[in-house]
Amino acid sequence: MNAPTYNFAYLDEQTKRMIRRAILKAIAIPGYQVPFASREMPMPYGWGTGGVQVTAAILGPEDVLKVIDQGSDDTTNAISIRKFFGKTAGVATTTATADATVIQTRHRIPEAALHGGQVLVYQVPIPEPLRFLEPRETETRRMHALGEYGLMHVKLYEDIARFGHIATSYAYPVKVNARYVMDPSPTPKFDNPKMDNCAALQLFGAGREKRIYAIPPHTSVVSLDFEDHPFTRYRFDAPCALCGAGDSYLDEIVTDDKGGRMFVCSDTDYCESRQSAGHRGSESAAPHKERAHG
Amino acid sequence: MTTVAELPAGFADKVLSAQSTFRSVMDAMARPGSVQRIAADAGTPAAMMRGTAAIALTLFDHDTPIWLDSRMSETSDVAKWLKFHTSAPVIADSSISSFALIGSPRELPALDRFAFGSNEYPDRSTTLILQIDSLTQGPALELRGPGIDGTAILQAAIQPHDLFERLAINVALFPRGIDVVLVHDDAIVAIPRTTRLVARGG
Amino acid sequence: MYVAVKGGERAIENAHRLLAHERRGDRDVPEVSLSQISEQLSLGVDRVMTEGSLYDRELAALAIKQARGDMIEAIFLVRAFRATLPRFGTTEPVDTGAMQVRRRISSTFKDIPGGQILGPTFDYTHRLLDPQLAEGFSPETLETSEASLAATPRVTDILGRDGLIEPSPAADAEAPVGDLTREPLSFPADRDLRLQNLARADEGFLLALGYSSQRGYGRNHPFAGEIRFGEVEIEFMAEDVGFAVPIGAIAMTECQMVNQFKGSATEAPCFTRGYGLAFGQSERKTMSMALVDRTLRARELGEEVIAPAQDEEFVMSHSDNVQATGFVEHLKLPHYVDFQSELGLLRKLRKEFTEATESAPMQEAAE
Repeated sequence: MNAPTYNFAYLDEQTKRMIRRAILKAIAIPGYQVPFASREMPMPYGWGTGGVQVTAAILGPEDVLKVIDQGSDDTTNAISIRKFFGKTAGVATTTATADATVIQTRHRIPEAALHGGQVLVYQVPIPEPLRFLEPRETETRRMHALGEYGLMHVKLYEDIARFGHIATSYAYPVKVNARYVMDPSPTPKFDNPKMDNCAALQLFGAGREKRIYAIPPHTSVVSLDFEDHPFTRYRFDAPCALCGAGDSYLDEIVTDDKGGRMFVCSDTDYCESRQSAGHRGSESAAPHKERAHG
Repeated sequence: MTTVAELPAGFADKVLSAQSTFRSVMDAMARPGSVQRIAADAGTPAAMMRGTAAIALTLFDHDTPIWLDSRMSETSDVAKWLKFHTSAPVIADSSISSFALIGSPRELPALDRFAFGSNEYPDRSTTLILQIDSLTQGPALELRGPGIDGTAILQAAIQPHDLFERLAINVALFPRGIDVVLVHDDAIVAIPRTTRLVARGG
Repeated sequence: MYVAVKGGERAIENAHRLLAHERRGDRDVPEVSLSQISEQLSLGVDRVMTEGSLYDRELAALAIKQARGDMIEAIFLVRAFRATLPRFGTTEPVDTGAMQVRRRISSTFKDIPGGQILGPTFDYTHRLLDPQLAEGFSPETLETSEASLAATPRVTDILGRDGLIEPSPAADAEAPVGDLTREPLSFPADRDLRLQNLARADEGFLLALGYSSQRGYGRNHPFAGEIRFGEVEIEFMAEDVGFAVPIGAIAMTECQMVNQFKGSATEAPCFTRGYGLAFGQSERKTMSMALVDRTLRARELGEEVIAPAQDEEFVMSHSDNVQATGFVEHLKLPHYVDFQSELGLLRKLRKEFTEATESAPMQEAAE
C-alpha cells in the first residue's frame, strides 16, 4: 500500500509556493481577495482549511502558535488544529496571546492589542462581503473591480428602514485602505475597530471558496455606516463574572432552565490573565485555580 | 554545455530555507521600506545576488514565467540555473511575466512593458526584483502607505534614480499596478503598489 | 462559583476511541477485510475512486472501511490523501475506442460493429430481495473463452463519419491540461475544467440535475449513443525515451449522449454531444455527467440559460460533495460568539418594538 508520508507543516512545497505568492499579492493589494488553488486538507471544508493552509505556508520552526475558536484555546476545533500543527510541524504552541508569533483564529480577535511581531490568521467561511446580496462571482468581481458598492449601502439602509438599526451584528463589512469592501470573517462587530491601524499583519484564508486576502499592519479599516447611523460596537452590558472585565466581549452561559444567565469573557486567555493578576468577578473561584493546560 | 554538477547549488535545506526566506519577503511586503535580511544561503549564478537567488528558489516554479533583463541574460547561466532549480519558464515577453529579474536597474524598461493585472484580477501582475547597489546608503526617501506606521525612511542607492516617479502610475492604476522588491546582497526592501513617496531627503 | 469548560482535548481523544469501538461493531462478528470490500462492494469502491479522483482500489476500500461505509467521508479521506501525492506528469489521453469492453450498449442502433454486450448489469434483474445471498451463496463458476478481437468502434465515431454529429474538438497536444485542483477556478470555465468538475462531482447531485433537464429544466433531448465499460490502457510520455510507455490498465465507464441537433444558415444541422467518464463501473454517474455536460454547453451552443443545470457557476460551485458536506456540517462548530452578537441585536430590537407598541395606545388616547 502507498503509506502516506507528510512534509513539514503538512503541505507540499509546490503548494506552499503557490499560497506564499498569493499571500504576497494579498498584502500588496489590501482587502482584495486573491484566488488560490486551495488544496484538499485533512479536515472538512468550512472547519478552517483556509486558515490552516495560510498558517502552514508561513509557519517555521521558530514560531510559537496559538489557535483560538470563539476566543477560546479550549474549544474542540481549536484543540484539533493546534494538535495538527504540533504533530506536522513540531512548533511550540501557547495559549498566551502575547507570546504567540502566529495566531490562528475563528470568529474572534484577541482582546489584548497585538504587536508588530505577530501574524493573525483568520479562518473565513464566505470571503465575499457581497455574496448574500449577489450570489454570482462574475457579478461581485465586477463590482469590486469598479469599486461599486452601492448594493451594500442599499442593504444596510434597508435594515435601518426596517429595524431602525443596521441589522448586521457579525461579519460586519469594512472598507480597507479606502478601496476594497471586505468581509472580516464572522467576528462580532465588537471586534471591528481592532482591525484598524493594527500593528500585526492580518491574513485571511478561505479554503472552500479558494481566496486569500490581507490587511497589512497600520492600514485603515473602516466599518461601513451612515452619518446619521454611525457604526457602534456591541457587548452585553455587564462585567465578566470571572474576572470583572468591563471591556471584553462576553459569552452568555445558560446556568439553569429558569432564565438564569451569566456572562464571562469569550477570550479565555484575557480572562485567565486578569484572574492571575488578581481581578475577580462575582462568580470567580478564589483562590484562582492553576490553568488546566500549558 | 553546462552540466548539472557545474551549476551553483540551490538551498541546502529546501523546506526550511524557503520558509525563512518567505517570511523575510512577507515581512518586507507587509512593512514597505523596512530592510529585511535573508538568512538562507544558496549558491548563485554570477549575475545574481544572494537575496535574488533565495527569492527565486522560494517563489518560482513552472507556474511563474520569468523575464530576465540584459544583465541577467548576458550568459545563459541564470536561465539554466533557474530552469534546473525552479523549473520556471524563462520568457521573452515581459508583459506576461510573473516576476522580472533586473540586474542592471539603470536600464529598467518602461513599466508598461510589464503586467499590471486587470481591475478584476489585479493580482495577475509582474513583480519586479531589482538588484541595486545599497539598501543602507544613499539619499533618504520618506514613504507612506499601508504597512507603514506614519512614515518610513528608506536610505538606498535607488536605481533607476526616477524609480519612484515611475511608480507613481500605481496611484492612477490601483488596484492594478507593479510591486517591487529591491535587493542588495542579502538585504531586501519591498515597495508594494500602495506605497507612496512623500518626500526626498539629502 | 463557576469554572469555565475545559478538557476538550480529553473529550476528543475519547470520541476517537468510541468511534474506533463503534466502527468495529460486535467483536463476535468477523472483521471485514479490504479485499472483501474491494471484491464484494466493488461499485462502492468505484464511486469512491471516481469522486475521490484517485485510482487505487485498495486505498478506496480502506477509506470505506475507515468511514464505516459513509461514502462521502470515504471520498473525503481519499481526496485528502491524494492532495499530498507528488505529480510526475500527465498521462496520454486514454483511447476508449481501444477499450477491452466488458459491457457495451447503444440505445440508438439495434446492432453495431462489435455488437451489443450486456455484461454485468442490474438492468434486467427483478428487484426482488434474494434470500439466497443472505445465507451465503456461491454463484456457479463461469466458463471462459478467448476474448473477441472484433473492433468495437464508438457509436459517436460511426455517426461522425457521416457528419451527423458534431466533431469532438481536436485535442491540442501543446495546450496545457486544465486542472482545477492546481489552479483557482474562474468563470466562465472551459469544457476541460467543467468535465473535470463533473467527473469529481457528487453522483446524487448530478443525477438530480440530469433528471431535472430531462423533465424540461434545460431540456436537450438525449439518446444514450453508447455506454461502455471495460479496461483501458494508460500510457505515459517518458521524456528520456521519447515515446509513450504503457504503465498499466484501469477500468473505466464512458457514456456518450447524442443530443438535440444544432445548425445555422452556414452550418448543416448535426447532433451534439454530452460526455461522461468515470473510474470503474459507474453507469449512473457517467450518464448523469453526460446529461449535465450537455446542458452546461448552453452558452457555447447559443441556447438560452434558464435552468439550474445550464448554469455553470451554479453547477460547478455546488457539485463537490466534500466541499458541500464540509460547509453544511460546519454548522456543528461553535458559533457562540456570532450568535451572542445576534442575540444582543435581537433583544434590542424587541425592546424597542415593545416600547413603541406600549406607547402607541397612549398616543392615540392623547390625540
